[in-house]
Amino acid sequence: MPVSLDWYLIVAAALFCIGLYGVLSRRNAIGILMGIELMLNAVNINLVAFWRYLSPSTSTGQVFAIFAFTVAAAEAAVGLALIIAIYRSRDTVIIEDIDLLKE
Amino acid sequence: MQEFFFNLTWLIPLFPLLAFVIIILFTTQNRKLSHSISIAAISLSWLIGWGVVFSAFATPHLGEHPIQMTVPWFPTASTTFDIGIWIDPLMAVTLFMVPFVCLMIFIYSVGYMGYGTEEVDPHYSRFFAYIALFACGMLGLVVSENLLTLFISWEIMGLCSYLLIGFWFEKNYPDPNKITPREAGLKAFLVTKVGDLFLLLGILYLYSQAGSLSYADTFFNPELLHRLATTPALPIFGGWSAASVIAMLMFGGAVGKSAQFPLHVWLPDAMEGPTPVSALIHAATMVSAGVFLVARIFPLLNVVVELEHHNPTMGVIAFIGAFTALFSSIIAVAQNDIKGVLAFSTISQLGYMIAALGIGAYVAGTFHLVTHAFFKALLFMGSGSVIIGCHHEQDMMELGGLKKKMPRTFWTFVAGGFALSGFPIITAGFWSKDEILAHAWHEFLHQGVISWPFFVWLLLTIAAFLTAFYTARQISLTFLGKPRSHHAEHAHETPNTMTIPLILLAFFALTLGFAGIPEEIIGHGNNFFHHFVGHEYAATPLSVPVMLLSAALAVGGLGLGWLVYGRNPLAHGEMDPLERGMQKIKLGWFYEAMRNKFYFDELYQATFIQGSLKLADIFYKIDNRWIIDPIINLVGRAGVALAKFSSFLDSRFVDGAVNWTGKVVTVLSRLYRLFDIRVVNAIVDLVGHLTQRAGGKLRSIQTGRVQNYLMLVLITVLMMLGLYLVYLS
Repeated sequence: MPVSLDWYLIVAAALFCIGLYGVLSRRNAIGILMGIELMLNAVNINLVAFWRYLSPSTSTGQVFAIFAFTVAAAEAAVGLALIIAIYRSRDTVIIEDIDLLKE
Repeated sequence: MQEFFFNLTWLIPLFPLLAFVIIILFTTQNRKLSHSISIAAISLSWLIGWGVVFSAFATPHLGEHPIQMTVPWFPTASTTFDIGIWIDPLMAVTLFMVPFVCLMIFIYSVGYMGYGTEEVDPHYSRFFAYIALFACGMLGLVVSENLLTLFISWEIMGLCSYLLIGFWFEKNYPDPNKITPREAGLKAFLVTKVGDLFLLLGILYLYSQAGSLSYADTFFNPELLHRLATTPALPIFGGWSAASVIAMLMFGGAVGKSAQFPLHVWLPDAMEGPTPVSALIHAATMVSAGVFLVARIFPLLNVVVELEHHNPTMGVIAFIGAFTALFSSIIAVAQNDIKGVLAFSTISQLGYMIAALGIGAYVAGTFHLVTHAFFKALLFMGSGSVIIGCHHEQDMMELGGLKKKMPRTFWTFVAGGFALSGFPIITAGFWSKDEILAHAWHEFLHQGVISWPFFVWLLLTIAAFLTAFYTARQISLTFLGKPRSHHAEHAHETPNTMTIPLILLAFFALTLGFAGIPEEIIGHGNNFFHHFVGHEYAATPLSVPVMLLSAALAVGGLGLGWLVYGRNPLAHGEMDPLERGMQKIKLGWFYEAMRNKFYFDELYQATFIQGSLKLADIFYKIDNRWIIDPIINLVGRAGVALAKFSSFLDSRFVDGAVNWTGKVVTVLSRLYRLFDIRVVNAIVDLVGHLTQRAGGKLRSIQTGRVQNYLMLVLITVLMMLGLYLVYLS
């Protein structure tokens, strides 16, 4: 049975939801960052799947995906740096204790 | 039968990968199961690996017709990347060495990490997962069919190196200047990354020229090689051919991975990892990957030499190799850490191989790669056995007298040490090292005194003598004489899981050289190694003076080392006789420099590390002091000035009019007041009251936690999406 585009989209959607759930429910900031990575990767799966099934003769989709994970890498680096900075100043990475926006 | 094994080759790197996944996901709680899975996986890889190797030995003309099996991996718009295996003589001889040494080290690790004792490592299972992943990387590199999968395996090993050097990441030392495992792992990762960047650039450049990364289309494609060697590269490379630029860039990767000067600084500090890791990664296998890569790109180097006679590529490679070999063997003489000596010895021996490839001695370089892996793994594991036997005492000045207490370790260590120093006839190191020296000598007779081969020969010969000397020093200080500390006094032989691998490796360290005895001695066509690996290259003619000289140097170095350190064993706290001697002839400063590794760490600290920090500081200042903040301040001040001006206008002109109006309004407002109080106020109060109550309710939403806000966003988006869908249909 050939794998149709739908399957890839379903996997990507599932991955996106898992990532979103992680972002909303994890207490640990690093867990949240991992959730964001999952969401970005779900987007990448979509990009590559659409490219493969709709316009395989150009490499736009692949290039887009490469851009997305370059950005994801930069985001992870900045995110981790922020987490380290927060840890140093507040001695915690538990997101519930970081509520500076309230003030 | 041969077909059968060749068809299974792709499984070799997969078994350890599978072991890694299983251990890390499921069995970290069960130590016994974890190490069993790991060892079983590498055993399977080893069995299939040796099946492939011996099938390859039995295949005629494998050199001219390598076996290639691929499946398409991922297509891009114009090309498709394949994943697959490539079987040729170089792959076969490396595959002879890698899985066997890995297996020995895996078994040894069971003892070293303290299985079944109360000192068992808290992350025991994780260790076996990591070394399995490492084995996957190395085996993948050896069997891979193109440079893309080679690079991926290369980076897997880089990652494992980082994880395993920093395996004891909790460890801190009281001395703040001593490098911790954590920092050592980071250092290794960052320094090798410098080399990796060059390798990646080389691969990209090759891809842009060749449009493919498979070996068959690149290094084994004479047409392309010829084209590369005749196309000039970009103008910034000063008229070099594309071939030489690609070769130099890829060599940069090898310099990082194989710890050649000037990127050698990470390897000595990598000794902070557990000793099986040092043996596995930083002696036998991973550091060989760099040499393997240079051997892989050898056709490219060859074509550069043939078509461009004055191209410095090979000269640079030969120089870096030979210089590293001598330079690090000088440092090794003054090291007191038992693993430190071996670390520098490894760098030095890798220098031998690189230098050999740099003067065109392809066969000799590969031969040394294989033999060295066996005896260096043996030496490292021997030193690990000493470390365990002496309760983690690593300073050779505190050891001594272990010969009686640890006989198996002693005798296998002597076998490894003699192989390292090239003791004549009965050790593997003698035959492989001699072939490199003979080749350099032969080329030097060809090209005259002012040539790379002469330089290489001279440096390597001096290094050979020093190698024998520091080996004798190490053996004498560690095993001979009387124990110099409490730990050495109470040493005990290590368990069988550690000593049996030592014995097996010692067997190969002594006998493997017989595979490559020059044809002049054993008759034409009997030099198996040369016949198999490099029959397209001319055999190195036997040179009796060189052989006698290297034999004499090995024996002389060992003898001198024994005279200095072994005959009159040191007492506790006594100064190193070499240091005393050098101080006498006013060379104490040089000994100090040797002990401090010629201050390269300090140099890099002062230039690169401090430089980066300075640069970061400059950027900080640009942001905070010089440019961005001043601009913002300027805008702020302009705003304040404008506001003051407006207030001035206000008080002069507007105020009068306002006052007059005010009086009229006052009168009117009195009338309104009544209405206000009775009607409007009541309504406003009601609104205010309602708002306050609503606010009180809504306040609970503003928690200051981003997650809650995001949840609100999500709910809103879902609601809008729902509405959209409802109205759309």
